[in-house]
Parts: sequence; C-alpha cells; structure tokens
Amino acid sequence: MTINQSGWKPTTPEAGETEGTTFTGNRALMLEEPLLFEIGSLDQTGVDFADVPGQTSRLAGLERRKDIGLPGLSEPEAVRHYTRLSRQNYAIDLGLFPLGSCTMKHNPRLNEKVARMPGFADIHPLQPVDTVQGAFELIHKLGEWLVKLTGMHSVAMSPKAGAHGELCGLLAIRSALEARGDKREVILVPESAHGTNPATAAFCGYRVEDIPATAGGRVDLEALKARLGPDVAGVMITNPNTCGLFEPDMIAISEAVHAAGGFVYCDGANFNAIVGRVRPGDLGIDAMHINLHKTFSTPHGGGGPGSGPVVFSEALTPFAPLPFVEKTGEGAYRLVEEENAEDHHASSFGRMVAFHGQMGMFTRALSYILSHGADGLRQVAEDAVLNANYILRSLDDVLDAPFGFSGPCMHEALFSDKGFAEGISTLDLAKALIDEGFHPMTMYFPLVVHGAMLIEPTETESRATLDQFIAALRSVANRAKAGDQSLKAAPIHAPRRRLDETLAARKPMLAYKEPVQAEAAE
Amino acid sequence: MRYLPLSDADRRQMLGVIGANSIDDLFVNVPAAARLTGNIADLPDHASELSVERQLGAMARKNMAAGDVPFFIGAGAYRHHVPASVDHIIQRGEFLTSYTPYQPEIAQGTLQVLFEFQTQVARLLGCDVANASMYDGSTACWEAIVMARRVTRRGKAILSGGLHPHYVSVAETMAKFTGDVLDTRLPELVAEPDTDSLIGLIDDETSCVVVQYPDILGRIGDLTALAEACHAKKALLIAVVTEPVALGAITSPGEMGADIVVGEGQSIGVGLQFGGPYVGLFACSEKLVRQMPGRLTGETVDAEGKRGFVLTLSTREQHIRREKATSNICTSSVLCALAWTAHMTLLGEKGLRQLAAINHAAACNAADRLSAIAGVELVTPTFFNEFTLKLPKEARPVVRALADQSILGGVSLGRLYPGVDALENGLIVAVTETATKEDVETFAAALQEVLA
Repeated sequence: MTINQSGWKPTTPEAGETEGTTFTGNRALMLEEPLLFEIGSLDQTGVDFADVPGQTSRLAGLERRKDIGLPGLSEPEAVRHYTRLSRQNYAIDLGLFPLGSCTMKHNPRLNEKVARMPGFADIHPLQPVDTVQGAFELIHKLGEWLVKLTGMHSVAMSPKAGAHGELCGLLAIRSALEARGDKREVILVPESAHGTNPATAAFCGYRVEDIPATAGGRVDLEALKARLGPDVAGVMITNPNTCGLFEPDMIAISEAVHAAGGFVYCDGANFNAIVGRVRPGDLGIDAMHINLHKTFSTPHGGGGPGSGPVVFSEALTPFAPLPFVEKTGEGAYRLVEEENAEDHHASSFGRMVAFHGQMGMFTRALSYILSHGADGLRQVAEDAVLNANYILRSLDDVLDAPFGFSGPCMHEALFSDKGFAEGISTLDLAKALIDEGFHPMTMYFPLVVHGAMLIEPTETESRATLDQFIAALRSVANRAKAGDQSLKAAPIHAPRRRLDETLAARKPMLAYKEPVQAEAAE
Repeated sequence: MRYLPLSDADRRQMLGVIGANSIDDLFVNVPAAARLTGNIADLPDHASELSVERQLGAMARKNMAAGDVPFFIGAGAYRHHVPASVDHIIQRGEFLTSYTPYQPEIAQGTLQVLFEFQTQVARLLGCDVANASMYDGSTACWEAIVMARRVTRRGKAILSGGLHPHYVSVAETMAKFTGDVLDTRLPELVAEPDTDSLIGLIDDETSCVVVQYPDILGRIGDLTALAEACHAKKALLIAVVTEPVALGAITSPGEMGADIVVGEGQSIGVGLQFGGPYVGLFACSEKLVRQMPGRLTGETVDAEGKRGFVLTLSTREQHIRREKATSNICTSSVLCALAWTAHMTLLGEKGLRQLAAINHAAACNAADRLSAIAGVELVTPTFFNEFTLKLPKEARPVVRALADQSILGGVSLGRLYPGVDALENGLIVAVTETATKEDVETFAAALQEVLA
C-alpha cells in the first residue's frame, strides 16, 4: 500500500491490495478530511462585513504589515469541514463511554438551551451588580444545593475545573495553618490518587508522601496514623476511591488527621456514586471539589470546559477565595471582592481567577439538579452503583477483579490483566473494544493495579446497553486469555489504526507548516 | 425520571444477578453514621423540563442582557458577533459529548481541531507553538510566570501597571504560596503605556517582565525595546493579550520578540457568558516547549502510514509526572477552543482584518464623540477598540446612573482599582462592531446629561 502521509490525498489502489481500498481513501460514510490549512485561503471568508470608510489610524505605528497566515473558509465549507471532523469522534451521544473516574453520563439538551438564554449567555462579568441580580441568584442557588448535598458549611464557586478546585482547597488549608502560625510541609496522598493530587500539592509548595494501601484497596488506617505528626498539613483522599471502593474508615481517618492538627481534602471526582446518599460533611471532610462536568452532567466537550466548585467545612470557610456571591438582608445579592472583603472576609486567601467562575457550567448544572431534585439525585447514585456492580459481577468470572472479594464496588468496576496470554495487554483489549463499537474503559489507572481497567458505566445507561457491552467485553477478554494475536492489530475499523505516539513525542510537530516551509526546514 | 433508563423491574433483576437483596447492600461500606436514610431535607423533588425552563427563565430575565441595550463594556471580555454556524458546530454531539482524546483512533475529530487551534493561535500571537488551551487568560498569565521561573531559574517577575488588575490579583494570590516575588505597580492616567519604563527595572534576578498588549487602559506600545532589554539580562518577556481581535490590526507580540504570549481567547467565538467558560491562549517559542503547561496535540502517523494526531509530550503532565509535572492542569477548555477555531476559520485572514478595521474605526468615532463632551478628556491617544476617558467627576456613580437609563457605558477604574483616588475619574470604554452609531449617540447624550 502506498504510504499516504497526508492522510487525505487520493491514493490509487495498487494491484493485489486488499478489498475495500478506495481511490479517495474514504469508506462510504467514513470521510477523510484535510487540514484547514490545506483547503482554506487567505482571501476566503465565511463572514460578510461592510467596507470600512477611511480612518485615521491610532495604532501607534504598529499597524500589521505581514500576513498572519490564517486561511478562511466560506460558511458551507466550514460547516462541512467541522461536521466531517466531528464524525471521527466517539461520544456519549453515540454509545456507552465507560471511562472510569470520568463519569461520562448523558448530557441533557435542556441544559444547553437554558445556558443560551441571553440573560445568562450575553451578560458581562463587570456589569453593575444590580443589572445581573438573576445571575447572582443562580450562582447562589446552585451553591446552596451543593452545600446541602454535601453537608458542608460553604462553597467557593470560582474554580475552573477539578484540578483548580484542588488548588483552591489546598490553598485554604495552607492559609488556615499559617493563620495559626503552623508551617507544615507534607501532604499525604494515596498511591491510587489521580495525578492531579500530587501535582497540586507540589504546586502549592508541599512535599508529597504516599499513604500505603491495604490488600483490600483501601487506605491503611494504622499506617496513616503512624505517619501523622506535626509536619503533616493534611491528606488528599479520593472517596469513593479510584479503585471504585468506598473508604469504610473515612470517619476514623478524618478524626486521626484532625487530632494530629491536619486537614482532610477529598477529591470529589467520584461524588456521583454517593450524591443524595452520603454527605461528605458527615465524614469529617474539610474541603472537597465537585466536578460539575462529572456528577452534574455538564458536557466534557472533548476536554473541557470543566467547573470545580469547592465545599468547605466551618474551619476552612474564613479562608475561601474571592470573589463570592452573598445574599443580603433585603433579598438582593452582592458580590464580595477585594474592596469589600476586609471588614467581612479578611482571611480569604484571595482571588484565583479573573471573574466569577464558569457561569455557563453553573446554568447547566442547576438545570440538571432541578430536573432531578433531591429524590432523583439519590436515584442517580443508586443506579450508578447498581450498574457498576452489575458489570463487576457479570464479568468477574472471565476478568480478574482484584478487589472483588472485598464486597460491592461503588460507581466503577476495576479489573486487572491477570490471566491474559503472554504478550497480550490491556491496551490490546481496549483497542479491540473500539472495533466492537465501544469506547474503552480507563486503562492503566489506578497505578496500583497491574494493567488496570476501570469501568464506570454511569446511571444513564440502560440494561440493554450494559448487556451488549458485557457480551462484547467478555468476547475480547476471552480472546485476550486465549492469546489471539489479531488483538495486536486492533483497531482495524476505526478512522485510524494505532497511532505512533513515540514518533509524535520524538519529533514534535505541534503546528502546521506549509510544505515549502517544511522542506526548507529539513 | 427522564434521564434514568432503568425500570424497577430492571433494578430487581440486576440486584439478583449481583446477589444483593437491596440497593442498601451495595452501600454497606459506608459507615452507618454517614448513611442517609431518606432524601436530604429541605430540597425539592424532581421537576419537568417545562418547570425547570420556567424557573431558570425567570432568573435570566432579571439580568440586563448586553444585546438589549447600548453596550460598551470590555476590560478583559469583549462582545463580538458570533456567526450562527459556530454554535451549531459546537453542539454537534460528537464534539460536545466526547472526552479528552485519550483514545486517539476514535478522537481524530477533536485532535485535528486542536491541531488547527494550536496553529491558528501560534500564528495570531506570533509564536512557534501554542498549547491546546488553558482555563482562561488570568490563569494562563500565572502559568506563564511560573514557566518563566522554571526556564530562567529566577524568582522575580516584573508586572506592568497596564496588566489587568484581576490578572495581577490572581498572580499575587498564587505568589503568596509559591514564594515568587512580584514587582507590581498601578496604571497611571497618562498617554503612554509603561512599557519602556520597565526596562530599567530588569536585573539579574528577574525571570520575566509581564505586559498587556493593548493594555488595561487600551494603550498600545511597541514591545521591541523591552524584549531586547529582557533578553540582554536573560529574562523572558511575557505578553498578555485580552482582546485577540486586535491582532488583526496590529503587529503581534511574538513578532516583536515576546518569548511567551498568553491571552484570553473569549472575544473570538465564545461570547460573554458572565465570565466563563472562557479559553486561555498559551504560545511560546519552540525551544521552550518542554517547559509549557497544558495539553499539546502533535502530528504523527498510524500503523498504515496515514497522518493522524495524538496528545503528545505528556511527560510534562500530571497524569504521568505527578508531583514533578509542569502544572496540575488536566481538563482545559477544548469546546471553547473549538468555538474559537470555528469562528477564526469563518473569519479567515481577510475577515479578521476587516473585523479589526471595523472595530478600530468604530472606536475612533466613539472616542471623538465622547471626548467632545465638555470636561471629558481622552487619556489614550493610541488604542484599538477600547480607550480610557477621564471624566470631570468620579466615574463609578456615572456608570451606575447610565445603567439606570439602560446603558452599559463601560467600566469605571473605581470598580477595578477601588480606593485609588488618582484613578477614580477614569472610565474604560470598549466599542466593537456590535455597537451601532445610534448606540454611541445614545451613550454620548446620556453621558453629557449625567455629567451636567
């Protein structure tokens, strides 16, 4: 076969090539699409503007003289270009997307509709506060729900995503410790934690130490107690944890950390498993971020935007960031920021983002919360946990479930690659699932399980879909155990075969270069 | 409940497969003291789509939407017309409801869009490479300061007085904890930006100088001399662009020697949205790329030699490097990056330049009209689509009074710099293609009346 470097150019099939090769490289509905830079031109545009009358320039003599190099497309070309690209993506709208720890649930379209109401989408963050009272009301109302659902004392709405929320929580912890003249240097993090946890702690200037785990995949309470001391600022614990298990000792962990003068941060990425059934505040947690783009259904959009409000205990509330919305005695809402924080919120650690946070995500999350209500949210957790256990128990005869012996899982089922034939890996199994029409599970995470496969079905999948997925996974698992070498070639039906990630990292090509330029550079 | 497909019969049968008697059996690991037995008190039950739409619609109607009134607010977020097809494209379910592209074989749509985004951003900002987006401009600015510390192994950053005060505030918050030293200053109501006055402050401890272009008051200054001065002391120049449409009319910071250029991408494709979600732009020279924060998309080939795209250089990132990562960022702002790229593709070079020219012309006309009012002075002789006026009295109550007449007439410096007497008469006015001549006239007439 001719190596078709550019991916889209017509490639004449050569004699003896396999059936199914086409002149264009297209395969019926699977259409190849060139880069914008290969089809657009600097003279083409998809927007009509009136001519500008002659005008004295006040641009300080810095008028642009050279071309920027931004090709344009007409509207029909642009719509087709991006529509064709969209079809090369898997998405929750197309099928089960069981990425563990990511909570890929259905994204209701009502959320999109309300977020586009001009009263929310077309308002400026610096408008006079009495022209945006409805926006503050919405932020405040969502905050109230989050506080009640978590049983915590207060909420900071401004963090932009989960990792930004972690940063918010740790800055509050450090501020609280410094306020009492206590300079502690260590944050304890379980090995199974999300990579953002140690990265955030390091970003805040902390030294990160591991918390050992028990054979049952939980925090080792006795080992933790032994490590606690005057140098430990706090712990970052994910609960339910990244093995999909609830930490049964959570209250004892919190008590031990508090007794040693530290604080408990909870990574709330997995709140979906317990919303409406367990309140983190009842577990002794001091700070927890909530991924509105996980538990509360705001769309992931291919990698954001997220939104990571942080709920706080009473002890940490005085240190929460600015700005925040407050309801006044007269039923109006006011914004507490630098200028009026002093009399009122003097201990705040300050501002961590330019404006008020992810308003567009708040609207969507509140729409989802009001749709479900208190009863529906409880059902969300129950169905999410039920679906995960159904997968766990429907597959634990064919796949190794390292913690299956220790009882039910929460919202996600964890398997390992134990029992796979020599040379067959979790990656191979995942790529074979792609050919079966499913997005793979999270692979190789958590790090504590060899060849980990973490499956989070969420509550928005029907039993029929789960049964199809279970049958498909059973089939590829059996092939993996039997040593079926054809798995190494998967996927064969996706828009691309396996991609060379080593090449991408060794010779980074991070921006398009016109062919002439590219040749000259070589 | 409409979002939950399981029936009660499903639930019973599935519990049977699991071998559990009831759903409570699955929550057995929760300590008894923390198990809730019923719904959380004091919260309403589920609601229909119609009911939710009514409740949220009532809140939305309490806000003064920018499109309904003469609107002149900027200061870090700008109102531009976004073509209808942009919103159509980002609502394609395959984009909207996909995840971070961890399985590239079935995420080429998002990955190719990000490669196009990175290329467009790099070219617009005048740099070699750009990442796949940050949360917003303010957090991108702080990440750039931290990156300069890593590159130079120095800990002092000099911040221009023309940098958006919220960006300064974010950096100050973070620096309290990281130990970075920030040398900050307030803006002055003078004609020139402080670009050249920063040159004398650069010393052997300086990691970077951070300037905004155009600056918070709207002023534009050549960055060439400052870039040279930074490089002479082995420091980096970081330029912050909060209105990228400006770069359709003026030379980019990268072309003038800035090493890292970050920006708020909101003004292209994203809309006002009360401050978020926005899209942080982050670009730098090729030699610094391994110190960059955030996700990067790179070109490669698949097993058949076909071109494809993957997330790359992940060894900088938290999920691989954990506590040694260049940043803790994970989720960024990919859907907003798609909106940005779709809008930029519709504009193209030609459309962007026309849009920039229209903005500048509209702003020049408005500046002339408003500064013709008795007692009103145009502080900034150079600007793109945003300028600063000095009013004969404190600007904040004036903005308030204008809002009572349903005119959103700019941002007072008193709002941005509370308590700074020297700035309290300042008013920042942004004029984009969305403001009509009639809007300007209404604004001018009302301002004249309020000042009288």
